Amino acid sequence: MKLLSAIVFLPLLGAALVTLSSLLPARLRDNASRAIALIVSAVCCALGIYVWLTFDPHAAGMQFVERVTWIRSLGVEYFVGVDGLSVSLLILSTLISFIATLASMPFWSREQPTGLAQKIPGYCAMLLLLQTGMSGTFVALDGFLFFVFWEVMLLPMYFLIGIWGGQRREYAAIKFFLYTLAGSVLLLIAIIALYQKSGDQSLLNRLAEQSPQAFQRLVESTLHHDAATGSWGYLLGDGTFSDKTFNLLAWARTGQAGLFDLAGAFFLGFTFVKVIWVFLFIAFAVKVPMFPFHTWLPDAHVEAPTPISVILAGVLLKMGIYGMLRFNWAVLPAATLNYQRVVAVFAVINILYAGLICLAQKDLKRLIAYSSVSHMGFSLLGMAAMTDAGMSGAVLNLFTHGLISPLLFLVVGVLYDRAHHREIDGFGGLARVLPEYTGVMALAFFASLGLPGLAGFVSEFLVLSGSFAPLPWHTALATISVVITAAYYLWALQRVFLGPLNPKYQGLGDLSWRERLTLYPLVALIILFGVYPAVMLGLIDPGLHEFVRTLTAS
Amino acid sequence: MALTNSDSLRFFAPELLLTAGAVVVFLADLLLSKAKRRPLILTSLAVLFAVGAVLLTIHASANAPQSLFGGLLAFDGWAVAFKLLCFTATAFALLMATPGPELPKERTGDYAAILLALSVGMSLMASANDLLMVSLGVELVSLLSYGLAGFKKGARRSAEAALKYVVYGGVASGVMLFGMSYLYGLSGTTSLGGIHAALTGDLGRAGSLALLTALVLVLAGVGFKVAAVPWHMWAPDVYEGAPTPFTAFLSVGPKAAGFALAIRLFSALFGGSNLPWAEVLGVIAAATMTVGNLAALNQTSVKRMLAWSSVAHAGYLLLGVCAGTAAGHSAVLFYLVVYLFMNLGAFLVVDAVARRGGGERLADYKGLSSRAPAVALSFAIFLFSLTGLPPLAGFVGKFQLFKALIDRGGGFFVGLAVIAVLNSAVSLYYYARIARAMYLDSSTDGERITLPATYPFLLGIFAGAVVVLGVAFDGLRGATDAAARALGAY
Repeated sequence: MKLLSAIVFLPLLGAALVTLSSLLPARLRDNASRAIALIVSAVCCALGIYVWLTFDPHAAGMQFVERVTWIRSLGVEYFVGVDGLSVSLLILSTLISFIATLASMPFWSREQPTGLAQKIPGYCAMLLLLQTGMSGTFVALDGFLFFVFWEVMLLPMYFLIGIWGGQRREYAAIKFFLYTLAGSVLLLIAIIALYQKSGDQSLLNRLAEQSPQAFQRLVESTLHHDAATGSWGYLLGDGTFSDKTFNLLAWARTGQAGLFDLAGAFFLGFTFVKVIWVFLFIAFAVKVPMFPFHTWLPDAHVEAPTPISVILAGVLLKMGIYGMLRFNWAVLPAATLNYQRVVAVFAVINILYAGLICLAQKDLKRLIAYSSVSHMGFSLLGMAAMTDAGMSGAVLNLFTHGLISPLLFLVVGVLYDRAHHREIDGFGGLARVLPEYTGVMALAFFASLGLPGLAGFVSEFLVLSGSFAPLPWHTALATISVVITAAYYLWALQRVFLGPLNPKYQGLGDLSWRERLTLYPLVALIILFGVYPAVMLGLIDPGLHEFVRTLTAS
Repeated sequence: MALTNSDSLRFFAPELLLTAGAVVVFLADLLLSKAKRRPLILTSLAVLFAVGAVLLTIHASANAPQSLFGGLLAFDGWAVAFKLLCFTATAFALLMATPGPELPKERTGDYAAILLALSVGMSLMASANDLLMVSLGVELVSLLSYGLAGFKKGARRSAEAALKYVVYGGVASGVMLFGMSYLYGLSGTTSLGGIHAALTGDLGRAGSLALLTALVLVLAGVGFKVAAVPWHMWAPDVYEGAPTPFTAFLSVGPKAAGFALAIRLFSALFGGSNLPWAEVLGVIAAATMTVGNLAALNQTSVKRMLAWSSVAHAGYLLLGVCAGTAAGHSAVLFYLVVYLFMNLGAFLVVDAVARRGGGERLADYKGLSSRAPAVALSFAIFLFSLTGLPPLAGFVGKFQLFKALIDRGGGFFVGLAVIAVLNSAVSLYYYARIARAMYLDSSTDGERITLPATYPFLLGIFAGAVVVLGVAFDGLRGATDAAARALGAY
C-alpha cells in the first residue's frame, strides 16, 4: 500500500478491527478498542510527519500520486496526491487526530451515564472513521472521490456529538448534520455540472477558436483528442479515454484557460460560472463557517465532547477554506475575481461580528467557538486579496488556527473535567491554585489574540499586510478586531484566573501527565511557528505563489 | 416485424411457467392440510428461480428485440431487466414471509400464490406494447394487490387499507381507460408504435389539446401505480395497513413495473409530439418528493414514515422519466435496483422490531442499538442510503438521476435538480430521527431481540448489496445502460 492510501485507509481498517473486537468480553473489548485507536492514529501521525519530511516543496505538481481507475464508465478515478496546500493540512489532520485520540483517554475512563459505558468501541470506531474522511478529503484529486470523503465525515461526526455529547447533544448533532448536508448537496450539483461541462464539445471548440494559445496549452497538458470518436476529452491514469472528467487538476487547468466562462445561461438566467461559483461557495461557507451559515458551530462545539471539539475546530473548519481554494479559486478564477469584494465583505463581517459576540459570552467553550468563526474570517480576507502575502497568510492561518484552537478547547476541557461547568463568571483567582494550568491557558489566549512571537501573529500579520493594498477599507475594518479579540480574551482571563479565589475550587489539582502530553506538543509547535514560521511557509509558499500568479494572470 | 402467435409462445414461456406455478400453488394450498403448507413458499421460490433462468436463456439466445403476438408485447432488454427486477422482488417477498402475527401460518400458501400471479402481471406491465396490454397488466397487478392489502383478516386497518386501495384504484383505472380512449380516437390504433407514428409532429390546436387531455388522464393511472402526487393518497394507509412483507414488496415490485410501463408509454406516446410533457412530469416529480418528505417529517409510526418516504422516492424516480433521455431511463432502472435492497431491508427491520417487542412507533426503536446491534446497524445503513449519503448505493442512484437532469441542461431541469437535492437534505431529518432513536436514546426495556435465522440472513444480503453497490457499481451501470438503450427510441 502506498503512503497516502495508508494514511487514509489505516483508520478504516482500525475501525473494522474495533468493530470486530466487540465480540470480545467487555473489559478486554474496551481496552482493545482504545489500544487500536491510539496505535492507528499514532501510526498515521508518524506517516504524516514522514510525508512532511520527504515532501519536496520546490517540485512542481502533485507528489505521492496514486491513480487507479475506479468507475470506468463515468471516468471516476481513485486519484490522490498532495501539493504544498494539502500536505500542510494533511499533517495537521493526522497530528490533531492523534492528540484528540490521546485526549479521549480520560473520557473513556470517566464514569459514564448508564447505557453509554458499553459504547467505547463505538466511540473509537467513529473517531477512526472520521480520520479516514478527513485525510481522504485533503488528498483526493478526483471530484467524485472528494465528495465521497467529504460526506463520509458527516456520519461519524453526527454520532460522536449525538451520543457522547453534552446536555443538548441531539439538537446540536442534527443541526450540524442538516446544515452541512444542505451545503454539500449544492456541492454535488456543482460537481456534476462541472463534470458535464468539462466534456462539452461545443464549448471546447469555441475555446479553440477564441483563445487558440490557451487551448494549445491545454492540449499539451490536459486535453486529448480521441481519433475513434473524433472528440476532445481526457486520459485516465491507465491511458483510456474519457470524454468527461472528475479530475480536479484537469478542471483547474481548463477553468483557468477559461472554458467554463464560455458557458452561457444555466439557471434562472444566470451564467454557468456564476451559479456554480455560488453553489460551491455556499457549500464550503457552511463548513468554514461563514456568516450567516455559522449558527451550527457554537452548538456543535459546546455540546461535543472535548476531543471532538478539538477535531472540529482543528481540522473540520479548515475543509471549507480548503474546498474554496481547490474549487472556487482554482477552477473558476474569473468568477472569483468577480466576487472578490463580496467575499471580503463577508470576511470582515465574520471577523467583527463573531468578535463582538465573543464579548457577550458567558460560557468559555462558546467564547472559543465564536472566536474560531472570527479567526476563519482572516483566512477568507487573505484569500479574497489574492496576493502572495494574503494567500500565504490565509493558508498559514489554517495551520496556526489548527494548532491554537485545539489547545484552547483542550485547556477548557481540563477545567471542565475538574469543575464540571464552564461559566466564565463561576471561577476567579484560579491562578493561585493552578499555576501551571494558568500559564498554558494564558499562552493559548495570547496566541489566539495574535501576540507577536506566537503562531497566530504571523498569519494574521501576513493576511493584513497582504490584503491592505487591494482591499484597504476592508482591511482597515478588520484590524479593529485586534482590539476586540484582546478585549474578550483578557477580560475572560481576568475573570477566571485573577481576583479573589472562589473557595469552592480551593482543592483543584493542576495538570496531570496525560494532559501535559496533549497540551505541550501544541504549545511547542505554537511557539516554533511563531518564532520561525519559515518551516511551514517554506512548504506552502512555492506552490501557492505559483497559484496566485496563474490566478491573477487569467 | 411482429412475430406470429405460435412463434411468440417461445418468448412468452416465462409468463406461462409462472401462471402454471401460481395455479399449482393455489391448488396445492386447497388440497394440503394446514400443517403442510409451509413448503409452498419454497416451491414458489423454485418456480421463480426456474422462470428467471428460462428468461435469461431466452434473452441470451434471442437476437434483436422481438415484438410478440402481433405487437401486443415487446421482448427487449428493457423488459427483461424489469422482469428480473420484479422476480427478485417477489423472491425476497416470499423469503420475508416468516409466519407470524402479520402472516398466519395456514395462509402462507395463499400469499405465495398471489405473489406468483402478481409477477405475471408485473411482467406484462414491463413488456406491454399496446394499450390493451397496458390496461390488462395494470389491472392484474392492482386486483391482486387489493387482495394482499387486506390480507390480515379481521384487522380494521388492513380492511380499511384494502377498501381505500380498491376505491382509489378503480377510479384511477377508469380515468386511465378514458384517456386511452382519447388516444385511440386520435390515432385509430392501440399499438404504442402506431400511436407514436400517428401523433408525431404538429397536431394543430385541437389535436394538441386532446392529446394533452389524454396525457393528463393516462398520467393519473400511472401516477396511481407509482404513488405520485396528487394520486398518492392511498399509499400511506395501504402501506401501513398491509402485512409488512407485502408492504415492502408493494413499495418495490409494482412500483418498478409501473416505472417500466411509464417510461415505455410516455416515450412512445408523447416522445414525438411537441407537448410539454417533460415539464408536466417535472412538476409532478417535484411535488411528489416535496409532499412525501414534508409529510414524513412528523410521523410517529416508522412504517408510515417509510410509506411517505416511498412517496418521496417515487418523486426522485420520476426525475429520470422526466429527463427523457437514455441516461435518465438507465438511472431510473439503476435506482430501482438499489431501492429494492434498501427499501426491502428497511421494511424487514420494521417487521423484525414489530415481531419482537411490539410496535411500529418511533418510541419502539429506542435503544435498538443495544437490544439488537446487527439489526440497528443494518437499518442505519438502509436509512442513510435512502438519504443518499456516500459511499452507500443510494448516493450512486441519486447521483445518476441528478446527473441525467443536469446533462439535459436548461434552467427547468437544473431547477428540478436543485429542488431534488434540497429534498434529500430535508429527508435526512426524518431518517436521522430513526437513527437517533436507535443510537442516541436509551431503551425503555433492555431486552435483547432474538430473531429467526431468515432475518439476519436477508438483512445481511440487503445491507451487503447496499454497501457493495455504493463502491463497485460499474457493472450494474453497464447493465442498466444496455437495458435503457435496448428500449430504444420510437
